[in-house]
Amino acid sequence: MYVAVKGGERAIDNAHAWLAEERRGDPSVAELSVAQIREQLTLAVNRVMAEGSLYDADLAALAIKQSRGDLIEAIFLIRAYRTTLPRFGGSEPIDTEGMTCDRRVSATFKDAPGGQVLGPTFDYTHRLLDFKLAADGEVGEVPTAEHADGSTPHIMSFLDREDLLQSEPAGDETPPDLTRTPLELPADRALRLQALTRGDEGFLLGMAYSTQRGYARNHAFVAELRIGAVAVELDIPELGFAVEIGEITVTECETVNQFQGSKTEPPQFTRGYGLVFGMSERKAISMALVDRALRWEELGEDNVGAPAQNEEFVLYHSDNIKATGFLEHIKLPHYVDFQSELELIRKLRREAQASSCDTTAGASGGSLSAKMKTEAAE
Amino acid sequence: MNDYNFAYLDEQTKRMIRRAILKGLAIPGYQVPFASREMPMPYGWGTGGVQVSAAVLTPDDTFKVIDQGADDTTNAVSIRRFFEKTAGVSVTEATADATVIQTRHRIPEEPLREDQILVYQVPIPEPLRFLEPSEIETRKMHSLEEYGLMHVKLYEDISQHGAIATAYAYPVKVEGRYVMDPSPIPKFDNPKLEMDAIQLFGAGREQRIYAIPPHTQVVSLDFDDHPFEPTKADHACDICGAEDSYLDELIVDDQGGRMFMCSDTDYCNGRRAAGNAGTQSIPMEATE
Repeated sequence: MYVAVKGGERAIDNAHAWLAEERRGDPSVAELSVAQIREQLTLAVNRVMAEGSLYDADLAALAIKQSRGDLIEAIFLIRAYRTTLPRFGGSEPIDTEGMTCDRRVSATFKDAPGGQVLGPTFDYTHRLLDFKLAADGEVGEVPTAEHADGSTPHIMSFLDREDLLQSEPAGDETPPDLTRTPLELPADRALRLQALTRGDEGFLLGMAYSTQRGYARNHAFVAELRIGAVAVELDIPELGFAVEIGEITVTECETVNQFQGSKTEPPQFTRGYGLVFGMSERKAISMALVDRALRWEELGEDNVGAPAQNEEFVLYHSDNIKATGFLEHIKLPHYVDFQSELELIRKLRREAQASSCDTTAGASGGSLSAKMKTEAAE
Repeated sequence: MNDYNFAYLDEQTKRMIRRAILKGLAIPGYQVPFASREMPMPYGWGTGGVQVSAAVLTPDDTFKVIDQGADDTTNAVSIRRFFEKTAGVSVTEATADATVIQTRHRIPEEPLREDQILVYQVPIPEPLRFLEPSEIETRKMHSLEEYGLMHVKLYEDISQHGAIATAYAYPVKVEGRYVMDPSPIPKFDNPKLEMDAIQLFGAGREQRIYAIPPHTQVVSLDFDDHPFEPTKADHACDICGAEDSYLDELIVDDQGGRMFMCSDTDYCNGRRAAGNAGTQSIPMEATE
């Protein structure tokens, strides 16, 4: 006698309880505080803010704690929270020229107004495990310098003056909001950039890397990479002017790309653009390369069929929350679909076997008379 | 509780979804793009169905959720709890008592009534997707009513296998116009798509809503000499004895012994309560 499997509710409750226990780990080890995560796992926090599309370091740190360090799960928590927030308005475009730069490097000019500032980078560290850190992570005195006053001009603006750079048309229209309107293709560049900046870092890295290896190669130089704080201003209708409502740290990457010219454009440099919340350098550079690859059509380049040139492919598959949800949903029960496949395959096999025995049946194995005979035989 | 609005979504979002639903009902089978929200459950786990349910539920509704036909599968439990918590609606496992039924992969065996709404969770709303991966192309094909590719696929199945090798998510034509994916229901359920209730389909990740109004013509694609055939396992339910219901197959011992039981748990329980029995059923009290 068979009793059907029951108890979905209890199983779920117990799974959640176990999950909470696992998250805490060994209770004899001190619990992580949200502030510790925010201060000491800053780059993880930055990634969660960037791909969660919500600039709030404390919430991102909380999400990382809750997700046991699974960053995609943390991003998911932030996205699900973000979607419930009311919108008061849209900010003015941020002015990255006015950025207080913590880091600013150019690969195209040895020096330029504003200078090169390495900032807190891993770039020239030797990747040797620091065993001392296992015992003691305190740091001694660190040299400091004042931030330069005033704005730091973009390196690209110098090329622009010489007219060597493709000009980007300015526009006042409000860009579409990916989270409020369904994505419909073709997407304009503003919408593409919006999708890329919240796209999965690993996906964009792979896409960008593929362009470097020849799948729509576009010869990118990092004209400028800058990281620092910028003011966010909101236009308050009652006041009639914009007021600063806060400051965010962003990473901006502008690439300058060779361009041979096309039927419609003279030879000149073109650009790719990346802008990401927080210190997210790898992501910003990847974004700039993918942005440039996606611009083949407007620049009159050939579509060589590379994945990074395919807007639909990139935009539909860059979101890790969509991807992970759909990927993992195949864990859910599919008894019903599988059962119907099972019956179909059994039936097709029966018919194929019957027709191979039955020499009078047609060679295709699919003649109606053969089929009816098999069914009658059951 | 409650920090969230009734049924979780804010009223503006619900209004946007209701507009998409109305458009879908006005153009049966047409996939309406909508600004799907990020829900607190994963994409691919019913976010489209959940958003549609949230947009149609009222405080007086009675809600039922099934997954694979069953009320007690884990994801059905999870979604039912979500609305119990965020909407405070009463819930039921009885098909006849429900006013809104959210489903994944099945249509209940018991015929639905005019005062009921059936909400489907849809993974891939585009019936042409596996023939043409580009959304730009498939939308064009729908607008031109260019369904030749689908017929070629079905024909190739017949020439290769002697039968149409699609067992679930079997494509249908709605009211003589749009080819539609009925979501991954077994083709056994396809004839039930012509019903008295409103049917709403939500695909959250793909940002599409579509609908079948009551009494709409829904035809499963086929050929004159290879007519559509709804199929199920050639058994009766071993629990309630039903011969007309879709069956799950279970492996019950180490030798690979099988038994069959209704996938629609409410239907099965109802039949047993009415005194029906299958070859392996035990008295109802004993299962508690």
